[in-house]
Amino acid sequence: MSPATPSAAHGLYSDVIRERWRRPRHRGDLPEANAVAEDRVRIMLAIEPEGRIAEARFVGDSCAICTASADVLADLIGGRSRNEAMALEVADVLAVLQAEIRPTRMRCVTLPFSVLAKALGVASATGHSRPAPGSRTQLQ
Amino acid sequence: MRLDEQTRPDFPILQRIVNGHPLVYFDSGASSQKPRAVLEAMNRYYERSHANVHRSIHTLGEEATELYELARDSVQRFIGAASREEVVFTRGTTDGLGLIAETIGRTLAKGDEIVVTELEHHSNLIPWQLVARDRGAVLNAVPVLRDGTLDLDAFDRLLTRRTRVVAFAHVSNVLGTITPVTEIVRRARAVNALTVVDGAQAAPHLRLDMSSLECDFYVFSAHKMLGPTGIGVLYGRRAVLDSLEPGRGGSEMIKEVWIDHAQWNDLPWRFEPGTPPIAEAVGLSAGIEYLEKLGMDRVAEHERALTRQTLEGLARLPGVTVYGPPLPAERGAVVSFAVDGLHPHDVAALLDGEGIAVRAGHHCAMPLMRRLGVVGTSRATFSVFNSPDEVSLLLATVAGLRSAL
Repeated sequence: MSPATPSAAHGLYSDVIRERWRRPRHRGDLPEANAVAEDRVRIMLAIEPEGRIAEARFVGDSCAICTASADVLADLIGGRSRNEAMALEVADVLAVLQAEIRPTRMRCVTLPFSVLAKALGVASATGHSRPAPGSRTQLQ
Repeated sequence: MRLDEQTRPDFPILQRIVNGHPLVYFDSGASSQKPRAVLEAMNRYYERSHANVHRSIHTLGEEATELYELARDSVQRFIGAASREEVVFTRGTTDGLGLIAETIGRTLAKGDEIVVTELEHHSNLIPWQLVARDRGAVLNAVPVLRDGTLDLDAFDRLLTRRTRVVAFAHVSNVLGTITPVTEIVRRARAVNALTVVDGAQAAPHLRLDMSSLECDFYVFSAHKMLGPTGIGVLYGRRAVLDSLEPGRGGSEMIKEVWIDHAQWNDLPWRFEPGTPPIAEAVGLSAGIEYLEKLGMDRVAEHERALTRQTLEGLARLPGVTVYGPPLPAERGAVVSFAVDGLHPHDVAALLDGEGIAVRAGHHCAMPLMRRLGVVGTSRATFSVFNSPDEVSLLLATVAGLRSAL
């Protein structure tokens, strides 16, 4: 039996998605950060005292599209204020992904957004500041 | 001639080209494709005989009624029910399980116990959760063992004199496990509990005989067994069905109605309020006739061979995990698997790129996914039109998946 190599599933898995899935830039834990997990995707934010997002990281047992979306989102929110991050739209990530996302997979793209919204809510509740060591916040 | 060689010309949809490849349909466990005989029977009904059933005193009304009731006879024969009164038409398995849960639910008291299993599809879990919440009943689940079978010792410990209902799948829609129906029924009956069997994954693939299964209720859908969507069957043992109040009200399920009360109709119509899915009953009947002509033993044998070929082939692939009872245990026409490093959604999307349709996700069985420790699985399910060549293609494609992304 000779293994067949499936093609890129017709534009769904763009080069950006494949690259971000193979080598995500923001995957990994962020110690002492706010963390919000949903559907096995967790986003961690390191927030400066003045409220700016210094760094975002994610971990997750997620599909290629969701992983790429989370990675791009983490890219886009780094260095932004909470309000700027909240103002990001799904279209902003789609523009980077450059893929033909079908309706059945759109939730894979949007999932990191809902996790981020909760994470920012948590960040807001804790006063826009980096919490004291060990005060990791997690929502399930 | 092999079964698929005989049947493939009967399924028009198999001519479809999907993403540049001939369609390979391995998702009959979610919904099967339909042979021309089913499509033509429904079309003929709508073009020649459609009217409402039971109440229309004119030629078309009588023809429609006759066709609808003939479909009931087909089902009775197909499942080996003792009488046609035991065959209630529903909108599908979910509807049938919901109906019977509501109906039995009304007879439950605080502290009564309901037993389900960890294998259940949400359709045979959530209705019982609702009943338990509304009636103050206790809901327990029989655990699944490592090999994908039910822990029957634990089942024995869950059975008490307060156990009123035992509801379980005949064939797991994820693992393919065939549960020991007669044994579970025997033990449930020893504590006077009613038994409700979810037969959605069994009816299309196994020869059914209600007189030997001896369960009180058996529920399945037409659309997974070559028939149309929108209709299903609730089989109920006559003595039990007759003792129950109707679950839902409306026309046809009554004899006499006053403002403050009503007299119920006879079986089976007592449980069929409103205009039923008539064309769908005609389609279901045509699907049953199609399966009967093939012979259910031959159908089961064909699908068993495909299942075995898939299990053996996947087991040889590095980085592929197969779930459910290992060979040589008998299984339904269901194979769930995982590819290391790939999410099930990506597995399904990559296979779809090659024209191969499989299911991916939690398969409406989240408690079972939790038990397996996975977010989901990819699942191939088989029907009469699937061929060994298609399975070989699936195996070759899965073998190349890890380098595809």
